Amino acid sequence: MNRFAELLDRLAYEPGRNNKIRLIADYLRKVEDPDRGYALAALTGALSFKHAKAGMIRALIAERVDPALFALSYDYVGDLSETVALMWPADTAARPNKTPSLTDVVETLSTLGKTQLPAQLARWLDALDENGRWALLKLVTGGLRIGVSARLAKTAAAALGDKTPDEVEIIWPGLAPPYRELFAWLEGRGDKPLNIDPAPFRPAMLAHAIEDGDLDTLDATDFMAEWKWDGIRVQAVSGKDEKGGAVTRLYSRTGEDISKSFPDLLPSLRLPAAIDGELLILRDGRVQSFNVLQQRLNRKTVTAKLIAEYPIHLRAYDLLSQDSADLRDLPFAERRARLEDFIATLNDPRIDISPLVPFDTWKELIAARADPALGGAGPDAEAVEGVMLKRRDAAYLPGRPKGPWWKWKRDPMVIDAVLMYAQRGHGKRSSFYSDYTFGVWNGQDQLVPVGKAYFGFTDDELKEIDRFVRRNTVNKFGPVREVTHEAEAGLVLEVAFEGLQRSTRHKSGVAMRFPRISRLRWDKPPRDADRLETLEKMLDKGGEKVPA
Amino acid sequence: MRAEDILVPTPSGVCCKPGGFHIDPTRPVDKALITHGHSDHARPGHGAVLATQETLDIMRLRYGDDFAGSTQAVSYGETIKLGDTAVSFHPAGHVLGSAQIKVERKGMRIVASGDYKDLPDPTCAPFELVPCDVFISEATFGLPVFRHHDAPGEIAKLLRSVELFPERAHLVGAYSLGKAQRVIAMLRQAGYDKTIYLHGAMEKITAYYQNRGIDLGAVERVAGAKKSELAGTITICPPSAMTDLWSRRFPDPVAAFASGWMRVRARARQRGVSLPLVISDHADWDGLTATIAATGCSELWVTHGQEDALVHWAHMRGLKARPLDIVGYGDEEETENPAPADGEA
Repeated sequence: MNRFAELLDRLAYEPGRNNKIRLIADYLRKVEDPDRGYALAALTGALSFKHAKAGMIRALIAERVDPALFALSYDYVGDLSETVALMWPADTAARPNKTPSLTDVVETLSTLGKTQLPAQLARWLDALDENGRWALLKLVTGGLRIGVSARLAKTAAAALGDKTPDEVEIIWPGLAPPYRELFAWLEGRGDKPLNIDPAPFRPAMLAHAIEDGDLDTLDATDFMAEWKWDGIRVQAVSGKDEKGGAVTRLYSRTGEDISKSFPDLLPSLRLPAAIDGELLILRDGRVQSFNVLQQRLNRKTVTAKLIAEYPIHLRAYDLLSQDSADLRDLPFAERRARLEDFIATLNDPRIDISPLVPFDTWKELIAARADPALGGAGPDAEAVEGVMLKRRDAAYLPGRPKGPWWKWKRDPMVIDAVLMYAQRGHGKRSSFYSDYTFGVWNGQDQLVPVGKAYFGFTDDELKEIDRFVRRNTVNKFGPVREVTHEAEAGLVLEVAFEGLQRSTRHKSGVAMRFPRISRLRWDKPPRDADRLETLEKMLDKGGEKVPA
Repeated sequence: MRAEDILVPTPSGVCCKPGGFHIDPTRPVDKALITHGHSDHARPGHGAVLATQETLDIMRLRYGDDFAGSTQAVSYGETIKLGDTAVSFHPAGHVLGSAQIKVERKGMRIVASGDYKDLPDPTCAPFELVPCDVFISEATFGLPVFRHHDAPGEIAKLLRSVELFPERAHLVGAYSLGKAQRVIAMLRQAGYDKTIYLHGAMEKITAYYQNRGIDLGAVERVAGAKKSELAGTITICPPSAMTDLWSRRFPDPVAAFASGWMRVRARARQRGVSLPLVISDHADWDGLTATIAATGCSELWVTHGQEDALVHWAHMRGLKARPLDIVGYGDEEETENPAPADGEA
C-alpha cells in the first residue's frame, strides 16, 4: 500500500502529463504482480466494490479523538478523508508489523460485508502511516481525483513494453484486474492477450485542424466532406456473446463506456456493427444545440423524464465493423457506401446518416462552410460547427495521423476584453502568470468578469503578458494578482470562443464555451473594449455564430 | 509564589522583572535573552543581548556588528545570576545554537522553550528535556493533523524523484537558517554525494554552519552554473524563489518544499509545489504533547501558532494553560512576502 500511496501522492501534485506517465510507468515497472495490476485498475476506474460513505469514516474518527480537536483540525484541513488520515491516532507500539498490501485491500473489499467494513477499515488505518491512510481512504470512498485519466494510465502501461497506447486500448476490453497477462505481454514474457469482448472499443481516428494555406496543398477531388456536428463523438458497438445474446455498448471518444448514461439508444443497435458517429439531441427532427445536449452528459443515472425531454440520437459517419468483419482497412469511400446500406437496412428513427456536403471545388466548399443552411444542412445549420474533410482512399487509422482527415471549424466568435486578474500557472508555467480572468464593460461603465482563459497565446506572448502583469499589479491575493484595468490603462485581449450560454454562476450572467486568447491588443485602450450588451446580443441570437 | 511574579507576558514578549530582562522581545529593550537566530525571535537594537555563541554569531551575520549595545555568550548548562533569578540555557534542537531558557527563583522553575523539536537533526545539539513547573511552548504545529516524524523518508522520496527525472533540476525551497543546512546534511546521511547548489541568500549562513564543523559536503552557489549543467542536480533556495523569475534558469524544475506545512494538501497546492517534503524544525503535535507531559509542568503557556488546540488539550489533562497572545512571532511565510528569505517553519 505504501508504494501505491506514494504514487498517488506524487500524481496528485504533478501537473505535467508526461511526468505523470513517467511516474506511473516507473511504479508499474518496479512493483510486482498482482499489486501493480490493482493499481492500474484503480487508476483506470476498473475496480468495483461498495464504497465507504463519509458518515462511516466520521463515526470511526469520532470514536477515537476528542470532538473539539477534530473540529479544529477539520476546519483547518477542509477535507474529511485527509483530516482523518492525518489525525488518526497512531499507536506506533501497537502497530502491526505488516502493512496491508494493495492486493489485500482490494481483494478483501470485494468480498467484505457491509457490517464488517468499519472494523476492517480501522485495522488497516492502524497499520498505515499518514500517506498510506490518505490513499486508503481515497480508494475506499471511491474518489481518487488525482488528474489521471484511464487513457493516461494505459499510456503509461504501454510504455513498459514500447507499445502504443492504442495497442493496449484494443485488447483492454478483454482484460480484467490484476492484468497479469497484460504485463506478461508488455514485458515480453507472454503472448498478446486476445480481445474476447464481443463489443469492443476501437481506438478513434482524429482529424487535424485546417490552417491557413493548407487547402492550397490539397486536391479537392481526393476528398469527401461532411458537416462537423456540435455534439459528442461516440462509438456505438453491437455484438453477440457466446450464447448468441446481443451485447450493445456506447463508448466515448477515449473508449470510456458510457452506455449507462444513454439506455434509450441501446435498443436501436440491433445489428452487429461498430458505428462511429455523433451523439445529438433531436427534437421534431431538428438537431439541438450543444447546450441542450449537455443536460444529458455526465449523468450516472437517467430518469424517464430526462429521456423524454432530451431524446437522444446517433448521427453515423463511419462503419468500422459489420457482422464479424473488420472494415477499418477499407478506403473511406467504400466504408461510406457500406454505411449507407447499413443505415438503410437498420431503418431506425434514432440513427441516421450524416449527409455528405456536395462540392467539386474548394470554392464551393468554402461557400457551404460559410452558410451551412444553404450548403445543404437546412434547418440543422445552427448545430453545424464546420466541415470535416476525409480522403476517399484513407483507411481508418487510430490516433491523429496527418493528412487523411481534416476538421475545418467555422470562425469562432470574438470579443475584445480587458485583463483583470492573472494567476500563476502550474508545472512549467509556475513562474509565469498564465491564467487570465478578463472582463467587459457593463451599463454602469464598470468592468465585470466574463471568463477565464489559459491558452491560445504563443510562448513569446506569454512572456509579454507575464511582464505586463508583474509591472501593473495593484493587488495580490495568494497566487492571484489583480492588474491595472481602467478606461485608459490596461491590457486588451482578443478572446475567441465557441459558444455562449446564460449562467447564474457568473456575475455577468453569461458563460463562454472554450474561450482562448486569440490576440493581444496592445494598440487598443481598455475603454474601447467590448460591452456586456454585445455579449447579450450574441446570446439572444441563440448561440448563432457571428462572423469574426 | 506565582509564576507571574517571575515572568510577565506582554504583547512584545515575556518580561522578567526580578531579573531585569526580556526573552525574545519583539521591540528593542535594555536586556534581551534570545533563544535562537530566526528573525522573529532575534531582532536588532537591544541594549544587551545574552545568547549562545552561535546565536550571537548568526545575529551578527544578519544584522552587522552593531546589532546590540553589548553581547554575552552563554554556554549550554551554565547558570548565571540575573537579579535574584538563576538563568540557564539548554539545547532546543531547533537550529544551530537554539536554546530553551530556564528561569528559576525561590524554587519555582519556568522554561521558555522558544522554538524546539524533539527529533534528530545532524546540524544541531539534540533537544534536552528540562523538568519545570511552568513550560512556555510554541504551537506552530499545534493541531493533531501536523505529524512530521519521518524526515528521512521524505529525503528518500526526494532522491527517488531525482533518480526518476535525471533531465530535470530539483529545487528545494527551505528556510535559509536551519532547514537548508539540515536538508543538505540529511541528503549526505542518505548517501547523496554530488555537489548541492545554493541560492545566493543561503550562502552566508551555510558557510557559517560549515565553519562550526558541520559537514555539508560540496556546496556551490548556483549563479555560475549553465542550464544544462543543472539537469539532475539539487538546488536549495528560499521558498519564494521557486516561483520567481530566478527559477527560469533551471531545466524543467521540480518544485519541492521542505516544511511542516506541506503536511496539509491545500497548503502545498497553494504554494504551487509538485514535490512537498514534510520536514519541519518545529515539534509536531505528538512532539509538543509528549514534551509538555514529560516536563512534569503543572502550567502551560503557549506563545504562538495554533494555541487553541494545545490549550484545550492541556485543559483535558488537568493542566493550567493559557495563550500569551504575543504579537510578532511565527511564520513569516504566512504573509506571502517574497522579500525576506529567512522565515522559518
